[in-house]
Amino acid sequence: MGEENKVTLYGMWASPFVKRVEIALKIKGIPYEYVEEDLKNKSQLLLQYNPVHKKVPVLVHNGKPIAESLVILEYIEETWKNGPKILPEDPYERAKVRFWASFIQQQLLDSLVSAAKSSGEAHEKAMKEAFEKLTVFEEGMKGFFPSGTPHFEDENIGFLDIVLCSLFGPHKAQEEAHGLKIIDPERHPLVYSWVTALNEVPAVKESLPPHDKMVALIQFLRRNAPH
Amino acid sequence: MAGVKLLGFWASSFAYRVIWTLKLKGINYEYIEEDLRNKSQLLLRHNPVHKKVPVLLHGDKAVAESLVILEYIEETWPENPLLPTDAYERAMARFWINFGESKNATFFQFFKSAAEEEQEKAIKETVEILKIIEEQSLGDKKFFGGEAIGLVDIAFGWLAYWFEGIEEAVGTKLLNSTTFPRLHAWIQNFKQVPVIKENLPDRQKLWAHSKRFRESLIQ
Repeated sequence: MGEENKVTLYGMWASPFVKRVEIALKIKGIPYEYVEEDLKNKSQLLLQYNPVHKKVPVLVHNGKPIAESLVILEYIEETWKNGPKILPEDPYERAKVRFWASFIQQQLLDSLVSAAKSSGEAHEKAMKEAFEKLTVFEEGMKGFFPSGTPHFEDENIGFLDIVLCSLFGPHKAQEEAHGLKIIDPERHPLVYSWVTALNEVPAVKESLPPHDKMVALIQFLRRNAPH
Repeated sequence: MAGVKLLGFWASSFAYRVIWTLKLKGINYEYIEEDLRNKSQLLLRHNPVHKKVPVLLHGDKAVAESLVILEYIEETWPENPLLPTDAYERAMARFWINFGESKNATFFQFFKSAAEEEQEKAIKETVEILKIIEEQSLGDKKFFGGEAIGLVDIAFGWLAYWFEGIEEAVGTKLLNSTTFPRLHAWIQNFKQVPVIKENLPDRQKLWAHSKRFRESLIQ
């Protein structure tokens, strides 16, 4: 690949934020080079490309780096105009998608990260909060699917689908590692059926981190979380 | 043309982001002041998830979350664009807006810290963030948006006015012409922009409000 239009993604195999970018690139049919980063020993290039956060994902396009997964998604949408759209055309529909993506990113993720890092009473409190927020999300999503259940026949997945499946796609591994149900089909049937349907979409399925490897990583992180 | 209404609160920097954006685009709107201790049915109906201001009502559509509202306004009224046209430059603008948002918690810590050790940590972290904003986002530009203000300036606008009241309430001055010369210069330039100058809450009232709010948090 020449320098012109070259796309490189710096990532880490278990990162949901990296998954978002991978899935978007696949959906759009954009060829890219993937570079796996060892987060305990970050490459000079990564530190150079993302000096502010020093994190993955970073997308480099024509030698120019972009960081922050949701910013990268908007960039991909605006730059590669051929192929499927991941955001709706209508500004109000876009606002709804951005609102809920922000809710997942700021509210829900916050509770889940707190839960993952804590144990005992603190952990239970954080999980309770996370479930409450999932319920808010479930309620808010009811209007999004006219037929009631999510279908993705022609792989027409969008921004919010990508945000959701990046976080909860590996829910079975998360549940095994934590020993509790995170996406319970009885408590959150819409989110459950949505995530399950998304995991069947080839671009998503291919990007799912290997189950056992994921379980082992989550358990390792939990054991080594600072208390 | 459907009517535009803004549900806001006089002291909210988030509401002001929307006010500035609407005014810069010359969009007529009706402002509705919310009593946050006694939220209206209108607010609760149109932002059931967060029950917060600002909320933009456009015809029968309701948009909540200030940054989501800003992008909605930008896309619905594309005249006088506040984001760059180049996709990469837009990504950089969104990156910095996102950066500011991700640091709200740190600024809030600075605001409400009382114990010495807690305060020292918060000050250190706040100074680091201001440094990054000054050096890597603003750089040598007049405004974050370049020669004219854009959405990044609007997103950071609270630093130009609300932050001083916060510093006063905390009793610690961090941002001045010596510590952050470029950011300080930006503040002066930003406040001179007519739409901004004419749309700021009363300073004394705001500072008193910040002080009271801080006291209520420290209890």
